[in-house]
Amino acid sequence: MKSEHSHHTDHNLDERFVFSDGVRKTIFIILGLGVVFFAIGIAMLALGGSGHDAHALAFSGGESGSVDSGHHGYHWTNRLVVNFWHNNIYFVGITIVGVFFVALQYAAHAGWGVLVKRIPEAFGGFLPIIGGLILLVFVVDAFVGNHVLFHWVDPSLYIENTPNYDPIIAGKQAFLNTPFFIIRMLLFLGGWYAFYLAIRKNSLLEDLEKHTTSKYFWKIKTISTLFIIFFALSSSMSAWDWVLSIDTHWFSTMFGWYVFASWFVTGAATITLGVIFLKEMGYLKSVTESHLHDLGKFVFAFSVFWTYIWFSQFLLIYYANIPEETAYYLERLSSDYYSKFFFVNIFLNFFFPFLSLMTRDAKRKVGILKFVCMVVMFGHWLDFYLMITPGTLKENGGFGFLEIGLAMIYLALFTFVVAKNLAKSPLIAKNHPMLEESLNHHI
Amino acid sequence: MQVISTVREPLITGGKTIKDVTEDICKQVEGAPSKSWIAAFGLSFLLLAVGGAFLGDLFWTGIGRWGLNKTVNWAWDITNFVWWVGIGHAGTLISAVLLLFRQKWRTSINRAAEAMTIFAVFCAGSFILMHVGRTWLAYWCLPLPNTYGSLWVNFNSPLVWDVFAISTYLSVSLVFWFIGLIPDLATIRDRATGAVSRFIYGMLSLGWDGSTKSWMHYEAVSLVLAGLSTPLVLSVHTIVSMDFATSVIPGWHTTIFPPYFVAGAIFSGFAMVLTLMLVVRKVYKLEDYVTMEHIEMMNIIIIVTGSIVGIAYTTEFFIAWYSQVPYEQYAFLNRMTGPYWWAYWAMMTCNVISPQLFWFKKIRTSLMMTFVLSIVVNIGMWFERFVIIVTSLHRDYLPSSWVMFSPTLWDIMCYAFSFGLFFTFFFLFAKYFPVINMAEVKAVWKDSNPKVYKARRTISNDWIPENERVEEVVH
Repeated sequence: MKSEHSHHTDHNLDERFVFSDGVRKTIFIILGLGVVFFAIGIAMLALGGSGHDAHALAFSGGESGSVDSGHHGYHWTNRLVVNFWHNNIYFVGITIVGVFFVALQYAAHAGWGVLVKRIPEAFGGFLPIIGGLILLVFVVDAFVGNHVLFHWVDPSLYIENTPNYDPIIAGKQAFLNTPFFIIRMLLFLGGWYAFYLAIRKNSLLEDLEKHTTSKYFWKIKTISTLFIIFFALSSSMSAWDWVLSIDTHWFSTMFGWYVFASWFVTGAATITLGVIFLKEMGYLKSVTESHLHDLGKFVFAFSVFWTYIWFSQFLLIYYANIPEETAYYLERLSSDYYSKFFFVNIFLNFFFPFLSLMTRDAKRKVGILKFVCMVVMFGHWLDFYLMITPGTLKENGGFGFLEIGLAMIYLALFTFVVAKNLAKSPLIAKNHPMLEESLNHHI
Repeated sequence: MQVISTVREPLITGGKTIKDVTEDICKQVEGAPSKSWIAAFGLSFLLLAVGGAFLGDLFWTGIGRWGLNKTVNWAWDITNFVWWVGIGHAGTLISAVLLLFRQKWRTSINRAAEAMTIFAVFCAGSFILMHVGRTWLAYWCLPLPNTYGSLWVNFNSPLVWDVFAISTYLSVSLVFWFIGLIPDLATIRDRATGAVSRFIYGMLSLGWDGSTKSWMHYEAVSLVLAGLSTPLVLSVHTIVSMDFATSVIPGWHTTIFPPYFVAGAIFSGFAMVLTLMLVVRKVYKLEDYVTMEHIEMMNIIIIVTGSIVGIAYTTEFFIAWYSQVPYEQYAFLNRMTGPYWWAYWAMMTCNVISPQLFWFKKIRTSLMMTFVLSIVVNIGMWFERFVIIVTSLHRDYLPSSWVMFSPTLWDIMCYAFSFGLFFTFFFLFAKYFPVINMAEVKAVWKDSNPKVYKARRTISNDWIPENERVEEVVH
């Protein structure tokens, strides 16, 4: 009678995820395959047989990046750097959306998701690693490398009366300069991590209580609200910094929300997949079709939201037809290489999830949901590819072993860290005041 | 079975029974009009009539009566149009979007909010009809068979998209609102003692018999209409924003416009719902249905949407600088520091700064502060549209065309006319229709009645934490 919840129900509220050898093996297989693909990709590029000779030939003389022509020349390592950056941005999005999703549940007083909240919560554990990688790749490229990612780090652009002087970029110097950029990067990543730690700490403290309590609920709600305010500002600004400034001349007020939409829907798909995989391993027995239905709705609704943002941005730029703005889309649409990605992007991220998750049944069937979520994750990975690659690699962009291999390595790394984090705490927040609502959730 | 956590506030207070719900809401419809109602309605009607006289003169003489000029060719007309259509977002948002988000507190406010939406869209539409100049030819906006010569609408124009967006929105909202009214109208019909009211409410309730089959059809239609309304409500203000954003005018052409206009519309819509509901709940003594919890929820939506709008303003400002396009930079700097600085700062103060006061629980649970701030928000949202429209237009590319806009009496009186129109309809609605959706409130009644609530809790788990036991009794 006293403190046992599970005693009254059939639910196993004390279950813990065991990071078993089987799971580790699967992750290591993905990692191993990724490494092999990555190595093949590098070997093919280094030996000059990347299959993109046509592109490479167009940039004659760019094969070995000398100090002088630095960021203008194409060297195969450019593609490597861009690949790292692409995966950094994609995975930091999934990671922070995990934390954001938990914060949203608290701020919105949502009860249905209590049973699954430990999964997105565990994503946050990847923040130090992905944050470190972001900082590392930026620093390497800006200080040691070829200035592949951000054209604006090149100091020669700011010296007046020299051939390299770019008055537009020079005008942006107050914002786009390396020290300030790094300060902002540390602020955003550090802030996100601090909020994650605060939410996580209180969430775990709640588990230690003897019975249901609302003490930590209100505390986490306050932290979550503060995090949402911080994230509302920092998500847009980080998108300007890390993605928008790649096409340094170009600008679009929508861009911050566009990146957020892409991150959010990817995060929702990843959370859904996480829940499904755990269920398939025999955990989360109390999670029913109703919970999956709600997660599926998130994937569906935010696929539509992403499309809305995508379409609004595209239509307005297309319609007004101002050269400063259309440059971005011309770079993609009039490229023989990128234009196909442009249409695949819309198909995978709008038509496919929209049509396949339209019905109620589709959102309640594990098989369909699993497949759609994987497609959405891949689709938005391509979306970021399309945001990052054309501006950095121009027509030298490629898609092959290197891209797939590195993405698999990141995926394995992400899964490993998140699984490890997940195993550290009980799978269900048994003292959450809304747990009963989640256990009895029927829609 | 559904469980309601203790961290949730009850939706209805005062230990109301199902019978009380019917009684409390129907009695306002059944009673004779009060003196205060007659006075308020008379005043609205007077405003409608006086404004209507000026409007008649505008139709007779032409829109030269307004203060428009060659440079500022849109001003109060379109400002008022966008303002009203923005207000007309809350109802459908509450009924459809909050339904999708399973926000049960919507049931006490959706009826009045939907009615308000429809009347606000009427007002918005009236400005569209006015600003075309020759209003009697307004049907030329429709793609009619080409028997009038070379007359055909330009489908490339967002103004035409707007005609479709708003007329579709109005039709669907109207149907949605009316379908929702049917069971309640039938309740009034069944309670009616006079032959006239029995006949009128009988006609309006379309032969509703309350059978399971009827409820089944009713639920299915509601769900379909909610599904239709959700994309519609978002599309309306998106397309309104495109009236501006597809152009190349600095200050108008910015890609963030669609979602930012939608957020602004929700912001002003909720503010208007609050202004009206705070009065209605007091006059009709509905404090147990529209509780502090409802008011706090709406205030939270106001903080969220107000902050989104604030972020959008800041983003526009920053990107204008970042773009290094001199026209963009000038347009935004001119807004803030140019001759219309006062309009800009009125907008910033009312929309971005003052709603932040709602972060304090004391303020967002104060009726007086909520009432004042809800009006402040609507003033701010009017200025937002004025700032966007007039400050962007008044500086043409040629400095020789630079002018200021000054409103004439006709500008002011046409705006007054729309208030007359809005409140005449709203007061009629408030008297002759049930202001709260009785059927839906009864449906959530079980989730909020403290007695039932406690009993239900024991079904799944009879152990109640000690620290929460006392609180339960208090509820």
